[in-house]
Amino acid sequence: MGAGHAHKLYRHARSPVHALPPHCKIAAVFCFVLVVVATPREALWAFGLYALLLAVVTAAARVPAAFLLRRLLIEVPFVAFAVLLPFVAQGERVTVWGLSLSESGLWGAWNILAKGTLGVAASVLLASTTELRALLLGLQRLRMPPLLVQIASFMIRYGDVVTDEMRRMRIARESRGFTARGVRHWKVLATSAGALFIRSYERGERVHLAMVSRGYTGTMPVIDEVTATRAQWTYAAALPLAALAVCLTGWMLT
Amino acid sequence: MHVPDGFINAPVSLAAGAVAATAVAVSLRGARRELDERTAPLAGLVAAFVFAVQMLNFPVAAGTSGHLLGGALAAILVGPYTGVLCISVVLLMQGVLFADGGLTALGVNVCDMAVVTTVVAYALFRLLATVLPRRRSSVTAAAFVAALVSVPAAAGAFTLLYALGGTTDVPIGKVFTAMVGVHVLIGLGEAAITALTVGAVVAVRPDLVYGARGLAKPLELRRADGTVIEPVISPVAPRPVRRLALVGLLAALALAGFVSYYASTSPDGLEKVAHDKGIDSKAEEHAAKDSPLADYQVKDVGDARISGGLAGVIGVGATLAVGTGVFLTVRRRRSRAAAAPAGSEAV
Repeated sequence: MGAGHAHKLYRHARSPVHALPPHCKIAAVFCFVLVVVATPREALWAFGLYALLLAVVTAAARVPAAFLLRRLLIEVPFVAFAVLLPFVAQGERVTVWGLSLSESGLWGAWNILAKGTLGVAASVLLASTTELRALLLGLQRLRMPPLLVQIASFMIRYGDVVTDEMRRMRIARESRGFTARGVRHWKVLATSAGALFIRSYERGERVHLAMVSRGYTGTMPVIDEVTATRAQWTYAAALPLAALAVCLTGWMLT
Repeated sequence: MHVPDGFINAPVSLAAGAVAATAVAVSLRGARRELDERTAPLAGLVAAFVFAVQMLNFPVAAGTSGHLLGGALAAILVGPYTGVLCISVVLLMQGVLFADGGLTALGVNVCDMAVVTTVVAYALFRLLATVLPRRRSSVTAAAFVAALVSVPAAAGAFTLLYALGGTTDVPIGKVFTAMVGVHVLIGLGEAAITALTVGAVVAVRPDLVYGARGLAKPLELRRADGTVIEPVISPVAPRPVRRLALVGLLAALALAGFVSYYASTSPDGLEKVAHDKGIDSKAEEHAAKDSPLADYQVKDVGDARISGGLAGVIGVGATLAVGTGVFLTVRRRRSRAAAAPAGSEAV
């Protein structure tokens, strides 16, 4: 049972980005994405500069480019949606390669593609340079309610256990010759989901009893208090501040 | 339906974030009431369950498959507050860890996938559970309807947010038709699977299903000779007020939705007269004339009659929601005022 110690999205390395306190990184990524979303879409060059900024961070974090690009595949469904936009949007039509496309639709598609990709890349960078536990501690440092952080940490800790439970049930089904082929088999799968719920809930009750017997009173003690120095905050703020400069220039020029 | 960054503009994203934060804060309080100090481990494990169930693929036809969204399921199994919390945490983790759904769009995602699905599903479920006979099969049926409606409702909420802050100018009518059309289909699958899952849990551990708590028969004590011992505490009789309210609500919805379908579209008496006599020449257009529900028609919905009916149903829903909110606030304030002197005496 080696699961649960590190999530597979995290890439262990020693780099200045890994060493930053988690709450600085979360705040920086959030501000960066917010700035990107607020940028006017006509400023094409601004998005190029943002991509360059992220590339610099990637290099500093020693995350291989191939790893980052592979993780970007998650946004494929929305790419499909963006490709449809020029065909359904209103407004002036332009003819490209013999196809009649809406100009505002093209802008909209570009807008979603550029901003969505930058957002995904920023979150992937955050997840691959920050350990899960540190991420949750960082959220707590940023004044997220402690109860919510606890729920999230339980979800992450037991996510693998519950998923494994589901995998064992699947193996049990398949070893009895079951293959789900259509709507007729929904009943079997739904019964599995029901059994999974009962097992998860009962496990939750057992975990709670075990915690109470060890002195749990409703809050988890924080053992390692992470604090950030001013230098670390400045270092983390470099990314969103540079992005803000680009964004403001973009607004002035367009 | 995970919305990425850049799909909804920054101001509306921030506003949706504020709404989502409020909803989560309210749910945190409510969940403490549902689960007391067991909140963290139980809600955490239910969130892990929702996360796992979203990975369970249900084959639809040759080659294609879908998965459960889980809002309605969570609301019925563990209660609305815990349900909102679990789905919000799942969305937060998906956004931060898996980059599924943008960080700035987190508020939008929580609003339409966690809050709207759970609240709509649970409200509908409760409504049906009070109307239908108290049997196991009615829990399953109520779960089916609740899940069926909750998914298009989320799509409708998304359309509303899109109308407020969408970054592309696809006409709202088109977005609404496409989103709701697709999600009615998804909702059918969601409904079937939710109903089957709830049915499976109710069959084994009915005590775990939050929505079926009223189902268990009260304990019956018998003497050795078989005579029943009268219980000392009599169960609280169902209040007739509830049934009356229910009938009223159904009648209002029926009138607004179906009767207005056949209503005359010609102007009402006053408008007609004003127009004939020319006294309305100076009348200013109402400030909300550009609202999506102006003149009791839903914008961009082609058929005038369907449009009128839809506007009616939305109007009744909104009025009811505001009315109930005001009523609850007043009642809470009154009960607090009544409790205050008693509390001061105790101190």
